[in-house]
Amino acid sequence: MPFNPLRSLRSKTLLVNRLPEGPYFGILAEFATPTDLYHACERVRDEGFTRWDAHTPFPVHGLDGAMGVRRSPLPWIVLVAGLTGAAFAFGLQWWVHASAYPLVISGKPYFSWPAFIPITFELGVLFAAFGAVIGMLALNRLPMHHHPLFQSKVFERVTDDAFFISIESWDPRFDAAATPKLLESLGARSVELLES
Amino acid sequence: MAQTEAELLDNPVAGNPTLILRSPDFHAITEVVAEAVERPTPIGWWLFFVPAFALLALLGVAVSWLFWEGIGIWGLNIPVGWAWDITNFVFWVGIGHAGTLISAILFLFRQKWRTSINRSAEAMTIFAVMCALLFPSIHVGRVWVMYWVFPVPNQMGVWPNFRSPLLWDVFAVSVYGTVSVLFWYVGLIPDLATMRDRAKTRVRKFVYGFFALGWRGSVRQWNHYESAYLVLAALATPLVLSVHSVVSMDFAVSLLPGWHTTIFPPYFVAGAIFSGFAMVVTLMVICRTAFGLEHIITLRHFDYMAKIMLVTGSMVGYAYATEFFTSWYSGNPYEFFTFMNRALGPYAWAYWIMITCNVISPQIFWFRKARTSIPILFAASIVINIGMWFERFVIIVTSLHRDFLPSAWGYFRPTVWDVSCLLGSFGLFFTMFCLFVRFLPMVATSEVKTVLPQANPHGADRGAVGDYRRSTMPAHGEPAPEGAS
Repeated sequence: MPFNPLRSLRSKTLLVNRLPEGPYFGILAEFATPTDLYHACERVRDEGFTRWDAHTPFPVHGLDGAMGVRRSPLPWIVLVAGLTGAAFAFGLQWWVHASAYPLVISGKPYFSWPAFIPITFELGVLFAAFGAVIGMLALNRLPMHHHPLFQSKVFERVTDDAFFISIESWDPRFDAAATPKLLESLGARSVELLES
Repeated sequence: MAQTEAELLDNPVAGNPTLILRSPDFHAITEVVAEAVERPTPIGWWLFFVPAFALLALLGVAVSWLFWEGIGIWGLNIPVGWAWDITNFVFWVGIGHAGTLISAILFLFRQKWRTSINRSAEAMTIFAVMCALLFPSIHVGRVWVMYWVFPVPNQMGVWPNFRSPLLWDVFAVSVYGTVSVLFWYVGLIPDLATMRDRAKTRVRKFVYGFFALGWRGSVRQWNHYESAYLVLAALATPLVLSVHSVVSMDFAVSLLPGWHTTIFPPYFVAGAIFSGFAMVVTLMVICRTAFGLEHIITLRHFDYMAKIMLVTGSMVGYAYATEFFTSWYSGNPYEFFTFMNRALGPYAWAYWIMITCNVISPQIFWFRKARTSIPILFAASIVINIGMWFERFVIIVTSLHRDFLPSAWGYFRPTVWDVSCLLGSFGLFFTMFCLFVRFLPMVATSEVKTVLPQANPHGADRGAVGDYRRSTMPAHGEPAPEGAS
């Protein structure tokens, strides 16, 4: 593939979803129950696959452990966002009442900080909540309305009652012949090769 | 089904309680919830929507006339400068609190029964906050300078007074509304994806797909998603407690007898949760019957909600008694006069309606028969909300109508426009709720599926209905949020 500066920039940007290049996106295998999926995930993890995922209609308890997914760093984003909001609110109130627009109210000092606490708290919560939602979407590379997985007809049931494992083609251990066999041996109901 | 619903309720040592009846599979849950949105609009829906929309139109007329003529069209006047407007505001903010309690606080406490009702309770919160925000906005008189409450740099060089509880209120309620919408939307994303994947028409596919953001339900996505949900719950919990505390400070920070009391923040929060749960019960009784959700929103859920109403109703009653005791014990003649005037003065009728509805009526929930009887629950929930509206009326109007100078005493009477604004706000609330049940999945299916026995990858074979062994099963891995969202 010829050098494309735009593509190279995009692929390094955190917020853009990176997809495998080449003719195939990867393999999609369907499993019947959360239990089947759980044990299959343990095996795929132990086989040493890295660029793969499981898909479920609801969060299955313990599946992140079975896949070896690390804990989300999201709480740190929220902490920073919340402290930013609180600091902004406190600073704004301080500046307004002690500098920009000083008024004597009930004979209190201009910098009467206890009265600033409710708004400091509220804006801290507001910024933290936006940090949580925007941070979650960014870490999940959402919104992303097009994805190779959506080509699959059976994948429509991922939001209903179906359980899947997808192994992407740029995984070093991916093999277009052997990997489907592995998934079948783990009890997959159907296995499908998806194009990019 | 081996056991009847009543037997399940009667057995307190059955281990993990059965939250969903008729042992449905995952698809059956999706089907019953999504089908309610996909089916052609039923006649029954119009029977609710048309009256609600008519009341909303009434609100439009009342507010237009208010803007044209000014707040003199309402019955308030000195000494009663706050009347139905602020009563309605506090009433509606309070209604919202049960939604956040169910979605956030019960989530942190791992109360899995919340999954059946949290979506519609959160929707209720948002619509109640919309109604609440309406009243302070329209009662300011000159609505076109309403933006002065926000710290917007302006050519006058004027800033709002951040040291005023009224401004804290602006921030508290608008932050509460915003965070409630965020929390609700995050919870909706997986279910919007369900609606997208089931959509038969292009318009549905596009609209649900647009808002589902391309959700793929992958474990790496769920990992961040569950983290976000937990964080939002942890943020919403202190937020909801702060909101009604700040609302109560609108009164408590003033120096008026009847308002100037430190008990107000916890007393207001308890009252808010009390009235909010009553509204959830009212709505859930209608929804579960109308949409055939009796196996998802079960008598067990109503049993729990009735217990919460009993507790919070008794807390409110205790607060009434404490207020009265303190006014006597303080030795302050103004304080004591205000309270005697509440109970025995010209507004005694309102006071005793409040006591009857809020303190006496919930005591019926000491009896399990009442907690599991839909007609009794429905009637009690409406009585409680009437009582809670009167509580705010009593606090606001009786404290104002006889001020320090007897020559200034007055008696507030509502006008037709006061009544129109109150009825109109119910129109707004029910119109929004009707639109919600028509276009969005009213039960969080991705959460309900997690409480089905077969959702547990370690216990599918052992998760029979009411099986005590499930509660003794060893936990797997680290103590991650169990059955979370």
